Amino acid sequence: MTYQFDFSWLIGSLPVLLKGIRITAQLILIGAVFGVALGIACAWVRALGPKWLKPVVATYVELIRNTPFLIQLFFIFFGLPSLGIRMSELTAANLAMIVNLGAYSCEIIRAGIQATPRGQFEAGASLAMTPFQAFWHVVLVPALQRIWPALSSQIVIVMLGSAVVSQIAAEDLTFAANFIQSRNFRAFETYIVSTLIYLALAILLRQLLAGLGGMLFPRKASR
Amino acid sequence: MTEFSFWDILRNLLLAARWTVVLSLVSFIGGGIVGAALLFLRIGGRRGMQFLSRGYIQLFQGTPLLMQLFLAFFGLGLFGIDVPAWLAACVALILWTAAFLAEIWRGCVESIAKGQWEASASLGMGYLQQMRYVILPQALKVAVPPTVGFSVQVVKGTALTSIIGFVELSKAGSIVTNATFQPFTVYGLVALIYFALCWPLSKSSQLLERKLNVAHRNH
Repeated sequence: MTYQFDFSWLIGSLPVLLKGIRITAQLILIGAVFGVALGIACAWVRALGPKWLKPVVATYVELIRNTPFLIQLFFIFFGLPSLGIRMSELTAANLAMIVNLGAYSCEIIRAGIQATPRGQFEAGASLAMTPFQAFWHVVLVPALQRIWPALSSQIVIVMLGSAVVSQIAAEDLTFAANFIQSRNFRAFETYIVSTLIYLALAILLRQLLAGLGGMLFPRKASR
Repeated sequence: MTEFSFWDILRNLLLAARWTVVLSLVSFIGGGIVGAALLFLRIGGRRGMQFLSRGYIQLFQGTPLLMQLFLAFFGLGLFGIDVPAWLAACVALILWTAAFLAEIWRGCVESIAKGQWEASASLGMGYLQQMRYVILPQALKVAVPPTVGFSVQVVKGTALTSIIGFVELSKAGSIVTNATFQPFTVYGLVALIYFALCWPLSKSSQLLERKLNVAHRNH
């Protein structure tokens, strides 16, 4: 192999890369917060919600889990405008991530809820908790604690999956890499660098989520 | 300008879906073979090999599949090969699938009680014999549901190969959209075809899990 590697473009492209990293971080922050919130809401519906809503949520979860993220993104960004719903690239990217993570986290949280014995819910009711209080304090928080590792890896998977939002011209890290390689004609080096940045982001995100888990569920240590 | 009827759209998409199926099969089978090799190195190989295979798995699980596709596409070109999109797609998807399958199967092998290893070692079996006659037959049963479940991820993963220009279901969706200006219908249909491919796999994974769990219900 006579190929000469050249990373001299790196310094000049730093601002573009940093902007890409910022957008990717912003996407996953908003996506994770709202996606998990949506997942909790859906898990509540499937566990205790009104009967007519259950098949709706079940259909949503199955549809999202069995179609590629790329198609969900295209459907939201290219398909919805024909219904008159228009949005910017970043909004569409964020919405797709929220909808995607919502479905996966619903399944994960539901598994955690199912592991809670029914008697605990009744015990909560006997302490004069409202159904919502019992759901929140007795069912949801221990369930979240139980499934936190699985939820964390799903959030990391969604972050890595967000690389495809560059396809609707949302200016994330992959978009930055595509832009840089179209200027320097050093495609391989550019993608090596951006791949390593993604790896670092994934490791960092995993650490952050582990730390957050320790903060949110401090009782775990004493159990 | 030619007019596209609904059936024209559907027919073109279904024709392209064949390539999604072929690519999924190639990646799943190829990934299974490479993944099995990785598994053997990961749990039984020399210290250095264990370290290498662990690094491999973490690298492929910690980076976007899209980046792996780009690297395969542009990286293979460095060797002076003219890389067609299908080759880069197959290489990247096989390597990616292998990492995940190796990690799934490792969990299954580790779920086998340590006493089984010790018992088979006390019968004078070597590492390969232990795997062949004692560990794998038991681990296989645990491994079937998550492996079938992961095949859904492989089918969905093939959608990304459209980005490097391989014409499968997703790419066909984009092409047909550009010709018909009906993104809502076309992407809706594309999603439904993916659903028709993936949902039976998801469901059978769930059913298998329930069925195979019956044997373990007493504890």
